[in-house]
Amino acid sequence: MSSAIDIKYVADLARLELSAEQAEKLQGELARVVEYIAELGEVDVTGVEPTAHAAQLTNVWREDCAEKSFPREAMLKNAPGIIHENLIKVPRVLPSEEE
Amino acid sequence: MDLKHTTIHALSNELNAGKISSLELCQAYLKNIDARDNEIGAFLEIDREHMLAAAQEADSRRAAGKTLSAYDGIPIAVKDNICVKDERCSCASKILEPVKSPYDATAVAALKKQGFIPFGRLNMDEFAMGSSCENSAFKTTRNPLDTSRVPGGSSGGSAACVAADFAPAALGSDTGGSIRQPAAFCGVVGVKPTYGRVSRYGLVAFASSLDQIGPLCNDAEDAGIILDAISGFDPHDSTSLPDAAGGFADAARKGLETGSLAGLKFGLPKEYFTGGLDAGVAKVMDETIAKVKALGGQIVDVSLPHTKYAVAVYYIIATAEASANLARFDGIRYGSRQDANGLVDTYYKSRGAGFGDEVKRRILLGTYVLSSGYYDAYYLRAQRVRTLIRKDFEEAFKHCDLLLTPVTPQTAFKFNEKSDPLQMYLSDIFTIALNLSGHCGISIPAGIDGATGMPVAAQIMAPAMGEATMLSAAAAFMK
Repeated sequence: MSSAIDIKYVADLARLELSAEQAEKLQGELARVVEYIAELGEVDVTGVEPTAHAAQLTNVWREDCAEKSFPREAMLKNAPGIIHENLIKVPRVLPSEEE
Repeated sequence: MDLKHTTIHALSNELNAGKISSLELCQAYLKNIDARDNEIGAFLEIDREHMLAAAQEADSRRAAGKTLSAYDGIPIAVKDNICVKDERCSCASKILEPVKSPYDATAVAALKKQGFIPFGRLNMDEFAMGSSCENSAFKTTRNPLDTSRVPGGSSGGSAACVAADFAPAALGSDTGGSIRQPAAFCGVVGVKPTYGRVSRYGLVAFASSLDQIGPLCNDAEDAGIILDAISGFDPHDSTSLPDAAGGFADAARKGLETGSLAGLKFGLPKEYFTGGLDAGVAKVMDETIAKVKALGGQIVDVSLPHTKYAVAVYYIIATAEASANLARFDGIRYGSRQDANGLVDTYYKSRGAGFGDEVKRRILLGTYVLSSGYYDAYYLRAQRVRTLIRKDFEEAFKHCDLLLTPVTPQTAFKFNEKSDPLQMYLSDIFTIALNLSGHCGISIPAGIDGATGMPVAAQIMAPAMGEATMLSAAAAFMK
């Protein structure tokens, strides 16, 4: 297992802005952690099923029926953008034509 | 009245005998908080008006003979990652600083149903990521037993609150030891229930396959009282278990009554006792084993052979789940937004400014282990080793009823003592395997480390759904 970690690439995947100084510090710290977790490479896992969940539940069904939900205004109160007629205002998604 | 290490069941007796009112009780706890929380820093915020109004309502109900339960009017403090309706819930993070809960977590609603008064927002490591409370974005929490030392984490505020007598009990959450380790550091009782016992609805998700809400309190009976209230199936959490829950307080009372461990086999996993233990912790564990024998318990040697891989497995699975769970905090729907030129830059800047260093580290590690080319080598392999760890426990429980181990290799450390993240992660070695396996465990005070003067705790672990036996044994041991 390669223990190389490209902080800039991973930070882009995670949509996380890092200062140059932060990126350098994290690169070193995470390289050591990655080196440590790479020791799992020595375990023989041939034929071992992965565990995704401790409770081992499968297919939890419920009735397909409408239930009362929260009032929209209450749930929108935590959105930081200006709300226009129960909508969250977001910054421009597509670049404008001049750009 | 003297509130020092006062239990819920003792307070219940006082309230029901009319010796104290809920209002007087809440005022007495607030007085303790006013006297000492400047120094300790357990709370981020307290809504006093709301707390006292709830106390007056409980008093009116009691006067009218309409109490909701024997515990009506008893305050319980809540960690800042558990939703209490109309209170803020920030997970000690800047990105959620302005957020108010639109609803009660199921565990909180269950407490309210019995008349308990959930109050306050207890400090924690940001998004429950840490072992010392040093990762809170807002304040330092100090260990009430020695303020030069950390209270543990991530439920450090919860443990400090109970140890400082700011409340008789608190709710915390445990993803890799976040209830048991701070309980050990502060000398109180802490329980991580079986995965699925307590609904996670209204608990801000860190690692969904590991997180459980549980109590921090003064004795095993109180842990049982709280578990009786908050356990059980919840249609809002598809991972909550349909199994019948309850009888936990009764089990603890029975253990206390008999004061005997006769008929119980305690397994000592050898991997938890080899090296790495501070001398003071090892000494208390020796005394603990002797006491278990003296109380009639049988001791057997067992092995959990994959223990050495638990930290690596945990920091792959927990960070992978965290990277997915925290993707929703993007500055659009909740919390704080950093204005930027365009949507994608808004994500980058809001997350860059909103998350602290440890949260960033874990998001990056989790993103890395899930990324193309590394998924099989890290994430899938960790899930397979997780199976081996779970099977270790299942095999061990064929030879014993309960496992007995230390909670931590050392007692509460000093601030800034563990500045290297990997060193901090390794301090969780004795607690995290239990989250990976899904079984339940309790941390109970067992003695004092002569070198540091700080409490040492023993951990009793039980098979899935084994809380009753575990609490009964803990109560007998603590008698």
